Amino acid sequence: MGPFIEVVLGGLLAGVLYSLVALGFVLIFKASGVFNFAQGAMVLFAALSLVRLMGDDVGMGHYVGAAAATGLAAGFLVLMGWRRARPQTPMPAQARWTVLIALAALGSALAALHGAKGWSGWVAVPAAAAIMGFLAVAIERLVLRPLVNQEPIILFMSTIGIAFFIDGFAQTIWGSEIYTLDLGIPKDPMFLLESAFEGGILVNQLDIFAAVMAGVLVVVLAVFFQKTRIGRALRAVADDHQAAQSVGIPLNQIWIIVWTVAGFVALAAGIVWGSKLGVQFSIAQVALKALPVLILGGLTSVPGAIIGGLMIGTGEKLAEVYLSPFIGGGIENWFAYVLALFVLLFRPQGLFGERIIERI
Amino acid sequence: MERTRPIGDVLLQVDDISLSFGGVQALSGVSFDIRRHEIRAIIGPNGAGKSSMLNVINGFYHPQQGRITFKGQTRRRMRPHETSSQGIARTFQNIALFRGMSTLDNIMTGRLLKMHRNFLWQALWWGPAEREEIEHREHVERIIDFLEIQSIRKVPVGQLPYGLQKRVELGRALAAEPELLLLDEPMAGMNVEEKEDMCRFILDVNDEFGTTIALIEHDMGVVMDLSDRVVVLDYGRKIADGSPDAVRGDQKVIDAYLGVSH
Ligand SMILES: Nc1ncnc2c1ncn2[C@@H]1O[C@H](COP(=O)(O)OP(=O)(O)OP(=O)(O)O)[C@@H](O)[C@H]1O
Ligand SMILES: [Mg+2]
Repeated sequence: MGPFIEVVLGGLLAGVLYSLVALGFVLIFKASGVFNFAQGAMVLFAALSLVRLMGDDVGMGHYVGAAAATGLAAGFLVLMGWRRARPQTPMPAQARWTVLIALAALGSALAALHGAKGWSGWVAVPAAAAIMGFLAVAIERLVLRPLVNQEPIILFMSTIGIAFFIDGFAQTIWGSEIYTLDLGIPKDPMFLLESAFEGGILVNQLDIFAAVMAGVLVVVLAVFFQKTRIGRALRAVADDHQAAQSVGIPLNQIWIIVWTVAGFVALAAGIVWGSKLGVQFSIAQVALKALPVLILGGLTSVPGAIIGGLMIGTGEKLAEVYLSPFIGGGIENWFAYVLALFVLLFRPQGLFGERIIERI
Repeated sequence: MERTRPIGDVLLQVDDISLSFGGVQALSGVSFDIRRHEIRAIIGPNGAGKSSMLNVINGFYHPQQGRITFKGQTRRRMRPHETSSQGIARTFQNIALFRGMSTLDNIMTGRLLKMHRNFLWQALWWGPAEREEIEHREHVERIIDFLEIQSIRKVPVGQLPYGLQKRVELGRALAAEPELLLLDEPMAGMNVEEKEDMCRFILDVNDEFGTTIALIEHDMGVVMDLSDRVVVLDYGRKIADGSPDAVRGDQKVIDAYLGVSH
């Protein structure tokens, strides 16, 4: 019994990572009906930004630039707070620019003073998050806005372009080697339930950390999308861009929010993956594993993404351990896809996806 | 027709609007106005530019030339979410509902603007909003009663027959409590009975809430019954403008509908 539980648990914990990546897909798909091929590239970009800011062998310009971006992001938060607190007295445009520029300058100055030394995780993680926010703004401005009201397939193709661009861009500015990410997350293996089973169950502390983080993330997202009006606006935008605009939903704000949140989720996935296996180009490929997860979970379901990821993680491990004696090893590489195909045969909308009934 | 609210001053002024798509000139130099509380019909043969005109008014299309003045504010270009926060709501020629949502949820989205202004900020902070939600819900229930669609409140709109979908779409537009309501062929594809219902709703909206309405319609009988004044477009130009009777007798209008070449 002990070994079996150990395999299942190991699979569940590995599945958390798939879930995190799939979650990013689902968020964007729900909000814009876009299948975001670039989610994997975003994970790479987030992880690279983080690991390189924490290291000390990038140029001064990188630190200063990242700090300016962080300052700007802080500035936007300040401005939004102002607008919320005093809706009647909007800040004049000039004052707004002053706030933004001042905070960006402050950020760069601090970075310059600190010198070309690596940042602590407490600074680098928010900075990487800010960078993902700006990536979202850039994608909205340069790609999504010009393509408003286009067919989903066109938007999908544009995300393929975005994926290639981010892959190249990330490696151009941050470098393309393998970097070890050390955020101080404990990595040692440990034994659980030693009293219940002989020898206990061996798990990695990092995996536990990842599972807890994923859990927190899901709860936060659920509250965010259920308890705020954004939930309804999001569904509206996903359903029909034109109609959503006509009831007063600002498409571009919604898209920036969603891509930013997807960027944060990518950062979380990047942290887990990078801590485990190092930050490297192959991170972007994890997106391919997210595809079967999405088919299993359904493109539109947040719980589906989580459960799908866990199922695939567990299924893979179980198959690897218990089936490989009969059909040979390497099952982990293809198992997910076969499982997904099987699900497609019986439930094309996925296990948790909404069934769409079209009137013809 | 006896009115509780007399027709007032100019609510919307459209000035010399020209709009082209590549080589297609959808609108050329069109000017007209819409007065408060009136029902203004826009008619014309297929492809005359009627829908384009509505799209210009609500900000989907940006004309190459011309100005639009709404409630005294003149604008060159404005995006749809901005015009809707100014009080313009609309329905679409090809129904644009949120197909996955129920009737109730569709109409609720019409009230999003009335809830919270800044989505970005809301993403970061939200207060207790239960009471607000309930008020909006009550308003939506009144609209549902008004449109007599209680029985389909929970039905996903994708499964509704066409006529009812059009009604839900009207409900969603009404939920925003617009000052100007743009209706693009609200009765297309309906049977006689459904048309009569829709006519009644439009008249009631106009009468009870004082909503100003711009209406595109192909059915001449409906246009004659409903509208106070009529604009006629043909090949993107305005060819007539006046009372329903005057327009009906206009030789240019008759020619346009009969396809007499220019
Ligand atoms: N988005 C667009 N892109 C290209 N051409 C367009 C677009 N929208 C409208 N047009 C063209 O502009 C002209 C006017 O179209 P519009 O839809 O405004 O006509 P309409 O009067 O509403 O016709 P109908 O009665 O058939 O609805 C047509 O030639 C149409 O093809
Ligand atoms: Mg039309």
